[in-house]
Amino acid sequence: MSVGRFLRSLRGLSLAGRIGFGLVLFWVVTALIGPMLAPHPVGAFVDRNVFGGYSSSFPLGSDYLGRDVLSRLLSGARYTIGLGASAAIAACMVGTGLALVAALGSRWTDELLSRFMDTLLSIPSKILALVLIAAFGSSLLLLMVIAAFTYVPGNYRIARALAVNLNQMDFVVAARARGERALHIALSEILPNMIHPLLADFGLRFVFIVLLLSALSFLGLGVQPPAADLGSLVRENISGIVEGAPAILIPALAIATLTVGVNMLIDALPHAGRK
Amino acid sequence: MTASPDAHTQGGRQLALMILGRIGASVVTLILVALVVFAISSLLPGDAAQEALGQSATPEQIAALRQEMGLDRPAYERFGTWAWGLIGGDAGQSLVANMPVGDIIRERLPNSLILAAITTLVAVPLALGIGIASAMNRDGRLDRALNIATLSMVALPEFLVATLAVLIFSVWLQWLPSIALVPEEAGVAELLKALAMPVAALAIVVMAQMARMTRAAIIDQLDRPYVEMAVLKGLSLRRIILTHVLPNSVGPIFNAVALSLSYLLGGAIIVETIFNYPGLASLMVNAVTSRDMPLLQACAMIFCAAYLALMLIADVAAILANPRLRNQ
Repeated sequence: MSVGRFLRSLRGLSLAGRIGFGLVLFWVVTALIGPMLAPHPVGAFVDRNVFGGYSSSFPLGSDYLGRDVLSRLLSGARYTIGLGASAAIAACMVGTGLALVAALGSRWTDELLSRFMDTLLSIPSKILALVLIAAFGSSLLLLMVIAAFTYVPGNYRIARALAVNLNQMDFVVAARARGERALHIALSEILPNMIHPLLADFGLRFVFIVLLLSALSFLGLGVQPPAADLGSLVRENISGIVEGAPAILIPALAIATLTVGVNMLIDALPHAGRK
Repeated sequence: MTASPDAHTQGGRQLALMILGRIGASVVTLILVALVVFAISSLLPGDAAQEALGQSATPEQIAALRQEMGLDRPAYERFGTWAWGLIGGDAGQSLVANMPVGDIIRERLPNSLILAAITTLVAVPLALGIGIASAMNRDGRLDRALNIATLSMVALPEFLVATLAVLIFSVWLQWLPSIALVPEEAGVAELLKALAMPVAALAIVVMAQMARMTRAAIIDQLDRPYVEMAVLKGLSLRRIILTHVLPNSVGPIFNAVALSLSYLLGGAIIVETIFNYPGLASLMVNAVTSRDMPLLQACAMIFCAAYLALMLIADVAAILANPRLRNQ
């Protein structure tokens, strides 16, 4: 997509869509360069007060150990968004890849894969993630794999429906008659035509994964200290809720603006596509 | 068109067969789910005996423990024993508490059921009310406000909703206690007060989705020709919705309610943990932390079965509501 076309499609967005796009852009930039802007080292105890309020040296207050909330937020956002994005990318690549195999492969491959995915889909995602964590533990890499694995079936189902539909289209039939190989048909005939709905699905998976990982971290089963994502920040500062400390409000607000922002952007996208 | 009584009973039989088929499919899915849960938690992680004894154990010790734990038998046999035990209510021995898993669950399950039941009683009427009000006010100011509110609720993690609820009701307004400890001899009033926060948090999580789906179900009916006919007859919108649209959308709404109630399961995990509520979900989280596999497996299977049951109810409701799905 060229830059000009991208900007034009932005102009077609509704107000909610633009707000969503702004929020997403803000968080992506924060995850990329945020930690460089942190005023204090992430783990350093810099404030003598715990649960300090907003001040000039600690713009977002201090946490339950007197650490700078802004610095911890900037690093936590990188964990949340980095883990969420890489897990969502992995889930979509595996899900879509398997969907293409199912759509183009033999009837048996399709039947087996679909049955297996349907089974995984009928396990609630949190339950599946908890069982996986109990079995394998929760290092950063494992968390990424577990989150991706949990959301592969949802992506597979949508991608398979799209691919099976496209597989019947005339241009695919023509490509097959030309004698193109299955790999070529999958990658250059079918995949480019399902990229738009898949992008929307990627956004949804990202939101689900961020929610899942934050919830796991909040339960103490996700990202382990000293690393901390946004969910861990809410967890460790939970006792500050009695005072309404910024240390708990700000990470909570961060998660909310991230997920609501992506949702608003996706919600506005199909309308922009139809125009 | 009038159906002969003969065709009617035949239709009824067909319907019964169809529903039986769905029930059968759910049972098959449950067995496959059990297979997946068992494979993930028992087969893949490696040797439980080795792990229990640590690195310094001798091969003889490990072999002895393996035999004691039944790990030397083939995988399918272990799965069979485990699944058969679950059906008979014997889920094995908890590794941490050193008592039968069944006893622990029997103690916790009623608490979770009470929480779920009260939440359903609170959330369903409220959500239906919001959904119907939103649909009646379609594209109006109220509808758009409710749309944004419910959309944000869907995107918010449950623990944020619960934390915010604590902040508002316990800290700022000081109406309710923030920990749901129900005393043994509690009266109904005390019970309700202790449960208010968890119920409020869970209800908000479930309601948003339910209200959105209810609105969609009613809006779907509003575009039908019979509604246009009623409008042209000069009926008021309120009358049209209450006496014409609602009876027609009972099926989809019931479907929406069953689907949304499945959010109770995920929500319960967070809410029970936050409020220290002694239910099944917090038991499961503890089982994960202490890696108590038999307990974890039993809890996971109960949740999966509940989820599948809700999906089945939603499915059957959709069939009952739409005659076209029936008479294929």
